[in-house]
Amino acid sequence: MTDTPNNPVTRRRFLRLAWGAIGGLATLEVGGILFAYLQPRLAEGEFGGVIDAGFVDDFPPASVTHIVNGRFYLTRFTDGGFVALYQRCTHLGCAVPWDQTTSMFICPCHNSQFTDTGEVLNPPAPRPLDLFAVRFTDDHVLVDTSTPIARDVFDQSQVVYP
Amino acid sequence: MEGRPDTPQTSLDRIKERLAPPGVPTDDRSRARLVLDTLILHLHPARVPERTLRWTYTWGLGGLAAMLLTILIVTGVFLEANYTPAVPAAYLNIQNLQSNVWFGDLIRNIHHWSANLLILVVVLHLLRVFFTGAHRHPREVNWIFGIIMLLLVLAANFTGYLLPWDQLAYWAITVGTSVVSYIPVIGQSLGRLLLGGPEVAAPTLLNFYSLHISFIPLSLFALMSLHFWRVRKDGGLTIPRSIGDPEIEKPARVTTIPHLVSKEALNAIGWLSAIVLFSVFVSAPLEGIANPDVSPNPAKAPWYFLGLQELLLHFHPLVAAVVIPGIVLLGLFWLPFVDVTTDSVGVWFRSLRGRYLALMAAGLSLLLTSSWIVADLWVDWTTWFPSWPTLISNGLLPLGIVILVLVAVDRWVKTGLGATTESRILFMFTFLFVSLVVLTVVGIFFRGPGMELFWPWAMPEVHP
Repeated sequence: MTDTPNNPVTRRRFLRLAWGAIGGLATLEVGGILFAYLQPRLAEGEFGGVIDAGFVDDFPPASVTHIVNGRFYLTRFTDGGFVALYQRCTHLGCAVPWDQTTSMFICPCHNSQFTDTGEVLNPPAPRPLDLFAVRFTDDHVLVDTSTPIARDVFDQSQVVYP
Repeated sequence: MEGRPDTPQTSLDRIKERLAPPGVPTDDRSRARLVLDTLILHLHPARVPERTLRWTYTWGLGGLAAMLLTILIVTGVFLEANYTPAVPAAYLNIQNLQSNVWFGDLIRNIHHWSANLLILVVVLHLLRVFFTGAHRHPREVNWIFGIIMLLLVLAANFTGYLLPWDQLAYWAITVGTSVVSYIPVIGQSLGRLLLGGPEVAAPTLLNFYSLHISFIPLSLFALMSLHFWRVRKDGGLTIPRSIGDPEIEKPARVTTIPHLVSKEALNAIGWLSAIVLFSVFVSAPLEGIANPDVSPNPAKAPWYFLGLQELLLHFHPLVAAVVIPGIVLLGLFWLPFVDVTTDSVGVWFRSLRGRYLALMAAGLSLLLTSSWIVADLWVDWTTWFPSWPTLISNGLLPLGIVILVLVAVDRWVKTGLGATTESRILFMFTFLFVSLVVLTVVGIFFRGPGMELFWPWAMPEVHP
């Protein structure tokens, strides 16, 4: 049978389309399975899981504390609010140390500088330090390190209060 | 059974008969030769054009690359016997390898230096092929296989770089993989998938290890076989000619055994001894165990990516790590379909004029690239255009200027020097390659703490 206006899809073309569709579907399926399979493997209590940073009252206002096993800094502002800043520089991933004398984060790799809220003072960092979600349970500060939250600017809504 | 009077009786006899059927010489020496010759003639044609044996044409680079891959596979298998891809076991394994295992350091050094040499060799091989026009019709497909293998060699080196799990490895891979996150849309999730988490950690080590010992070497080996096969399918090597020589219709041929094989053996033995000797005296680096909380200053990617890292100091990461490498790769794949004149195949740098043009391109690129790096000390796009997004002010704007300069240079080569398309491509290729070399050399030797520029002999001591 050939293509005619009355019969636009011949058997041959139908089969070819069907094989193509099945092949495409199978590729998507396998791709999806592999993508899900290779997702980060996380564990509770260590970096990548939820970290217990300690008692709320252990963090004095206007302080920046390095939580080493969580790879983040916990900033407490004068009004008592918290942000958890991922220590990874947003430029190329170096660990950014807090410099107490200048009250800035200064990256050793390309000299990016950040404030205690994580805002960029000096490029090449393209955006503020990433955040981790903070919540409070029984006077403890719990930080979820599974997903760094990227942001373009700092605003007050990012500060969490106990 | 009639006609076969000496039918083997036992199974051992049958094995013996199968290994040495009638017609095979009976003395050991001739039998060994037969096996060897059959293997060699499986790879090579029986006879090759005499001129292609000229040392100063191929420099033996393709064969050397194949030999290095073999060394890497053999030493790699040995290394696996003393390695666990876990934290901190990986680092302790390497320390143990260096101090407690018989010849452990030697095998690691051979693996390390061969891997680094392989990058140099495949790049030189690419240059040899381009500058003698061997990428042109009908060899376009093999050129593309070659580019893919170059990428695989880089991937093999990069994944292997992490395995010792020392400070050098950890931060080089951190910086190197961070650029992935700048790929638009998919960058973030691709980065997480590659690292097995938000940063380089134990899952990354496992991911890289499995890529390093299975997927990458298997693909390389498969492509290498395909590459060899295509060399024969495309009519063997291009035949070297001097400037002005006419194309040779029927070149004089010599037998592969012994003429080609003896040269190959000499090449292999020479390089093998050089590598072993070098590895006896020069150790692969091993710093302190990886510490994710302390970045060394400066934190540099592996040396073969320092040209790319140098670009990152001058452009927005999207432009430096994605747009520019993307354009360059696309150009490399496209090259044999644009550079189509086959008249000059086999002549180094196309012609006498081509040699001058290539030299001029190299000189101009050296001058322009290095002065651009220095001039950028005073250029601060983000401060000059504070209201613009940095992708434009520090990315697309300077990229546009660089492209304008390249177009202007090309116009000048075309109209000012009256160059043909072939020569313009030669000029641009040389120009861009020398730029990459300058960027890489600056990244390796001239960048110090804070990625500031220093003279190599005045580099400040760094105490992490």
